[in-house]
Amino acid sequence: MSKPYITLLGKAVRRVAQMRGGGSALPGLFVEKIDPQFIHRTLDQLPKGVVVVSGTNGKTTTTKMVVELLQSQGLRVFTNRTGSNFTRGVAAALLGDVDMKGNLDADIAVLELDEAHAVHFVKSVPPKYSLLLNVMRDQLDRFGEIDATAKLLATIARATTDTVVLNREDPRVRAIAKVLDAQKVTYFGLAPAMTKFFPSDDEMRSGASAKTTNLNADVVLAKLNDDNQAEFTIDDKIVSAKLELSGVYNIYNAAAALALVRQIIGDDINEPKLIEALTRVRPAFGRGETITVGGQPVELVLVKNPSGFRLSLASFDPAHTATMIAINDNYADGRDMSWLWDVDFDSLKNEGVAEISGIRAYDIALRLQYDEIAVSHVDTDLAASLQHFLSTNSTTPKRIYCTYTAMLALRRELAKITNVEAIS
Amino acid sequence: MTDQKTITVLQLYPNDMNIYGDWGNVLVIKRRLEWHGYTPRIIEYNQGDSFPDDVDIILGGGGQDSGQDKIEQDLLKIGDRLKQLAEKNVPMLFICGLYQLVGKSFKTQDGHIINGISLLDVETIAGPERLIGNIVTESDIFGEIIGYENHSGQTFLGTGISALGKVVKGAGNNGQDGTEGAKYRNVIGTYLHGSLLPKNPAIADYLIEQAVINKYGDFTPTVIEDRFAELARSVASKRPR
Repeated sequence: MSKPYITLLGKAVRRVAQMRGGGSALPGLFVEKIDPQFIHRTLDQLPKGVVVVSGTNGKTTTTKMVVELLQSQGLRVFTNRTGSNFTRGVAAALLGDVDMKGNLDADIAVLELDEAHAVHFVKSVPPKYSLLLNVMRDQLDRFGEIDATAKLLATIARATTDTVVLNREDPRVRAIAKVLDAQKVTYFGLAPAMTKFFPSDDEMRSGASAKTTNLNADVVLAKLNDDNQAEFTIDDKIVSAKLELSGVYNIYNAAAALALVRQIIGDDINEPKLIEALTRVRPAFGRGETITVGGQPVELVLVKNPSGFRLSLASFDPAHTATMIAINDNYADGRDMSWLWDVDFDSLKNEGVAEISGIRAYDIALRLQYDEIAVSHVDTDLAASLQHFLSTNSTTPKRIYCTYTAMLALRRELAKITNVEAIS
Repeated sequence: MTDQKTITVLQLYPNDMNIYGDWGNVLVIKRRLEWHGYTPRIIEYNQGDSFPDDVDIILGGGGQDSGQDKIEQDLLKIGDRLKQLAEKNVPMLFICGLYQLVGKSFKTQDGHIINGISLLDVETIAGPERLIGNIVTESDIFGEIIGYENHSGQTFLGTGISALGKVVKGAGNNGQDGTEGAKYRNVIGTYLHGSLLPKNPAIADYLIEQAVINKYGDFTPTVIEDRFAELARSVASKRPR
């Protein structure tokens, strides 16, 4: 089959999949089967190459930041913005953006890739830049062990042709530099006063200790006030920015995005435009996204592993807010519920939890019982539970901590009653 | 309060062997001791520490292969002490990685043998695939045991030891003989995470009861509201692998 036909057919499958309201991966799967060279050939045209963002937590929001920061510098950017971070998701996103001749109107591609899939992806498409965020216990039922996940990230780093950007504060990510020789390595980091917000998995019960490393980081998150006023040290200069993003982990990932974009743009960087773009970045869907229902904000916070859940609880003040937790155990969420026991829920003690839902609602109810936290209502049916949560807390701001598939289901339910941004 | 009775719970190697929610087991013992009217004293033993004299319950978790390598030598040093305590009927719970290491030996993928402390008469051999998923077993003492397994080691029971349960759904010790875990005196070894004790309060109360009887002669349980545990068990037992 000739190439234009494949592109055309792929685009048609994408349309049909969208009309069915289906996932973003199906058309990608189609093209992958018919023309396995499609991704490689299409991305190979890009003058500034391919950027891969990977790690356990924060890929989607960080990728969104990198894209918007690069756009502020005048670049045309291709990205897989649906959060479908498998190779097929990339193929599906490409199909949406290429013209009938298979040309992509972009200078650079910024791709969020799941650790395991990234390893295969970089074999056929070596990235020019890679940004490796963190290694946390997440979906151990898929990867086995954290050390195995760290090896996956090291493979991505070794396949990178130009520069690798690493998290200085994550011991497993920092160590990746040791296995690199051809690549330039640069770091983003935290000022000592900020490290207490980021205990590594090894320090989970003992609390974060002061980390000792002499490595110099290009961008450091130095300070963060309650109103999202952040202070970064960039190349030893202090830069302040008031962000739309909230949550200390999102703002730390802003340091990661800044460090990466500084490498890509180099000396020509327009810093005022860069920082202005950073202040305007809004959270990716379901990652601290706020949806308005009945005049009150409903904040969706994706949680998928103990470190992410702990960081979220530390980032969001539960006062004057009704809290709901929705835990599913579908494949994309991870089937093992052990992780809930590595999260400390003490911060919810005063307010209690208004609503518990999801397939594994009783697992989280049980977890909260052992932290002696009051739970008002439990219902495994997400739609009914959401309805109950909204109607019994109609006059207060609300926050929902949810796993991935629970988040998708909740967004679908919310879209029936209010305006919810479509996931393109 | 002087009339409060204390029970000392020792967490083994929490720094290196604490993966997959093993804290959940410690938390459940701590809370249920409180709810039963006892004062829990939680202490930790990490490599290089001096082993405490006064211990009523011992809990040990799973770990990555790298964690197992780190504690191997240290565990051999305290092996005799653990065996003495086991003979005195001190209740112990070992999950996954430590279950393997309190056995006789663990033969790794490359044929190298890690010596265990032979507290439990079991041997483990690295298997070709990871055994991962929801698991349900049936035990004579505890009834249905529900959890999640994630291990590549295959464990085989010796002649002097019985299984903790029979596999109803899942792989168990080795995916072949239908056994899961091991029990010797008041020592339980198992592959079940989930965490184990929250969803299996019968095992938690058994460990507590044995410890209290050892120390104070008798045990009068309080009725604890386990409704969420029962509902969580019922949902978990119906979920796919």
